[in-house]
Amino acid sequence: MTDANWESLSNQTVAVAGLVYFLALLVHLAEWASLRQPKVDRELVAAGAASAQDPSAEERVSERGAERIAFLGRLGILLTLIAGAAHFVSLVGRGMAADPNRVPWGNMYEFTLSGTFVVTLLYVALYRKFNLSWMGPIVVGFVVTVLMVAVIWLHDEVAPLSESLNSPWLVIHVVSAVIATGTFTLGGIASVMYLVRERSERRAAAADRDLGGWIARVPSLPALDRLAYRVHAFAFPVWTFAVLITGPIWAHEAWSRYWNWDPKEVWAFITWVVYACYLHARATAGWKGRRAAMLALVGVATLWFNFIGINYFSTSSQHSYAVERVVDGAVVHIRI
Amino acid sequence: MSRPRDPDDAGRARRSGELNARELGRWTWRQITSMRTALMLLLLLALAAIPGSVIPQADVDSLAVTRWKNEHPKLTPYYEKLDLFSVYSSPWFSAIYLLLVISLVGCIIPRLFVYYRALRAQPPVAPRHLTRMPVHASYDSDLGQQQLLEHARAVLGRRHRLRPAAEGDDFVSAERGYIREAGNLVFHLSVLIVLAGFAVGGLWGYQGGVILVEGSTFSNNLTQYDDFNPGGLFRQQQMQDFRFTVNEFDAEWLDEGPRAGQARKFEAQLSYQQGKDGKRKDYDLRVNHPLEIDGTDVFLIGHGYAPVVTVRDGTGDIVYTGPTVFLPQDASFLSFGVIKAPTAKPGQIALEGLFYPTFDFVDGNPVTVFGDDRLPTLSMLAWTGDLGLDTGRSQSVYVLDKTNAEPIEDEDGKPQRVDLQLGDKVELENGLGSVTFDRVDPWIRVQISQTPGKEVALIGVVLALIGLCASLFIRPRRVWVRVVPGTMDDGGGGSRVEVAVLDRSGNGETDEVLATLLDKLKETAQ
Ligand code: HEM
Repeated sequence: MTDANWESLSNQTVAVAGLVYFLALLVHLAEWASLRQPKVDRELVAAGAASAQDPSAEERVSERGAERIAFLGRLGILLTLIAGAAHFVSLVGRGMAADPNRVPWGNMYEFTLSGTFVVTLLYVALYRKFNLSWMGPIVVGFVVTVLMVAVIWLHDEVAPLSESLNSPWLVIHVVSAVIATGTFTLGGIASVMYLVRERSERRAAAADRDLGGWIARVPSLPALDRLAYRVHAFAFPVWTFAVLITGPIWAHEAWSRYWNWDPKEVWAFITWVVYACYLHARATAGWKGRRAAMLALVGVATLWFNFIGINYFSTSSQHSYAVERVVDGAVVHIRI
Repeated sequence: MSRPRDPDDAGRARRSGELNARELGRWTWRQITSMRTALMLLLLLALAAIPGSVIPQADVDSLAVTRWKNEHPKLTPYYEKLDLFSVYSSPWFSAIYLLLVISLVGCIIPRLFVYYRALRAQPPVAPRHLTRMPVHASYDSDLGQQQLLEHARAVLGRRHRLRPAAEGDDFVSAERGYIREAGNLVFHLSVLIVLAGFAVGGLWGYQGGVILVEGSTFSNNLTQYDDFNPGGLFRQQQMQDFRFTVNEFDAEWLDEGPRAGQARKFEAQLSYQQGKDGKRKDYDLRVNHPLEIDGTDVFLIGHGYAPVVTVRDGTGDIVYTGPTVFLPQDASFLSFGVIKAPTAKPGQIALEGLFYPTFDFVDGNPVTVFGDDRLPTLSMLAWTGDLGLDTGRSQSVYVLDKTNAEPIEDEDGKPQRVDLQLGDKVELENGLGSVTFDRVDPWIRVQISQTPGKEVALIGVVLALIGLCASLFIRPRRVWVRVVPGTMDDGGGGSRVEVAVLDRSGNGETDEVLATLLDKLKETAQ
């Protein structure tokens, strides 16, 4: 295949991935909607069989409902798998389309493509171990949204890496940063659900009723907290490795200073400190649970702001993808 | 204070609730070293780091700072007072991390002692009611108490520290995961190591930059640098004795594709020599491949063009010749420069203007269409008069002092343009002389730096990472097994086995641990 073929393959498979993710999202939403059903069914049945108490009818209906929910859940994860495979092909395509072939992390578009792929990959990999079926719609919704943003606003043609990116440290640094980004995002989703469920529980308790609907399917608060912690506990050392070890080593090779308080570095550091806060908060009375979860969300916000926002926000970043940095009037040819 | 009044104290009776200095000190210390304070200080540190990413920083981009100050004359004095152009070396930022360091030290030292004691202590006696522990199980067995306890010791002994059996014990007490706390301590101590390495680099290190035209030689002493930025404790003796020559510089330009016009594969061929009579060695200096000479690093960080121009004066003497560094204005490599010939007669001569690597007209405007020098062209204005070079004041080579100089004018009274392509010669008006454009030489900008302490910082982060992983992934656990004899319903010789697991980090999957443990305990005990 020629490079042009690879590139168009990549573009097509991104479109396929986006479409199938979207279908998966619809299926998962239908699944969630069905979770509300049994109650309604029960009421209908109860009304219909008001004279003759017929519990078996009620059971039959909710059994059918449960079957449908399980089916939709399986269909959703299957579609996610297919979309993930297409997503992967599109990444490979980007790398193969470049001359010389390279890792698909040359620009924002490719970085976003990779980050979202990691989210999907982790979700699928941990699906069984942590029983993540409840997370389906959120993960898929997130991935399809970010993918759309990437295709519409960030898309860029395949190009060779600029010189300073041409380093083995790029591979290590970016791989770890992408993995950590994907993992923190997943952890952030668990923390969001913690807050949502916590609020629902408080409301349900105030109104003296049971938790209903899909939120009842989300794991219990302690389980969510533990899940969030374990995901963060994995991501944190990876992030440390990416931004505090490989990043500085590479910066030293390329720019002569291993830490220069460049905006991208500053925000990577802020993200790191916020997650250190999160880990401390989980061990501090009064900060466990809700406040820790909120800190995790602050962490995700700084993470994604650094990833996308800072490029538009600051022009003095050496990491900026398009802006030449002018030092003492001399154009420094380092573009990251 | 509720402690009995000391008769000697009577004279200095205090109101209740008042603290004496020592108590106040203790109280303050406890506050500073509390987990909550650490949390607050960390959050504060994150917040304090933000302004430096929004406001240009002098250390990162001094040009941007100057530009910002020009655009915001009203805000500038306030910003300067708050050190907002050097956030990361400001007193308030330093105060936060110094407090954090104090809190950290105050937190670690007591924990080191606690850990030391815990390491030497035996796992504690089993709680009286294991079945009241949050994670527990029990089962009946036909076997006798001693046999079951023996077996439990064998099973647990493999991966736990066991409390030595005492006479009459009906339980086994086991503990594991001591490494977690060690990892946590290593992590926090390593943060200090990293800070120390970072500080050493800031105090004793230096960075300097210099532009070198192809063919020129640089020797490493202060006078040769264009700019030099030493740390507070830098001493000149630190500078290594070496010199290097830039033999050749090449860049590969992309002619097509989406990045057409961008250059790659910058490569400067250097030959360098250490000391007065060291051996000459060659090195290809490239981006991402710095040259290290004895602890000093040389980096390639930029490049540009130096047109070689010869100026003759009115008497026909050569008054200026050689490569002149022109500074790129943007990514197209359109470059700006100044040529000065103060010894020219009858009048001093200066040229100021632009260099186009690949000249073309687009919509009637002169532009450079490529960064490579494929049609090098100079377009400058000529000046004469007093260039201000005899006053003894130092002057930038990139700036023309026009206070006492005026443009050379043609017959129509218009300033004379000197437009030259390679090999061209232009006569200056009024018999002032002539200018020829001989050649273009490339120049490179190198950054030369010493960063002492970088290895310390690197070892620090690597240790921190190892400690962190131990701290996050090792689960400290206590396990107790108690065997109560003869509780089987049939009153026979069987036993009841109670097992409890306590995860001290609160994050483990204790249920799974308990299940596996039960399997193992029951396995051979059938
Ligand atoms: C430079 C500042 C600090 C940083 C970057 C930092 C970072 C961290 C990180 C990432 C963890 C999680 C690892 C783990 O769970 O063991 C942690 C845990 C911990 N930190 Fe810090 N820390 C700092 C300062 C402090 C201070 C000042 C204290 C004392 C109050 C402290 C006490 C602790 C404790 C007790 C834990 C263990 C929490 C647990 O049991 O899960 N830290 N720290």
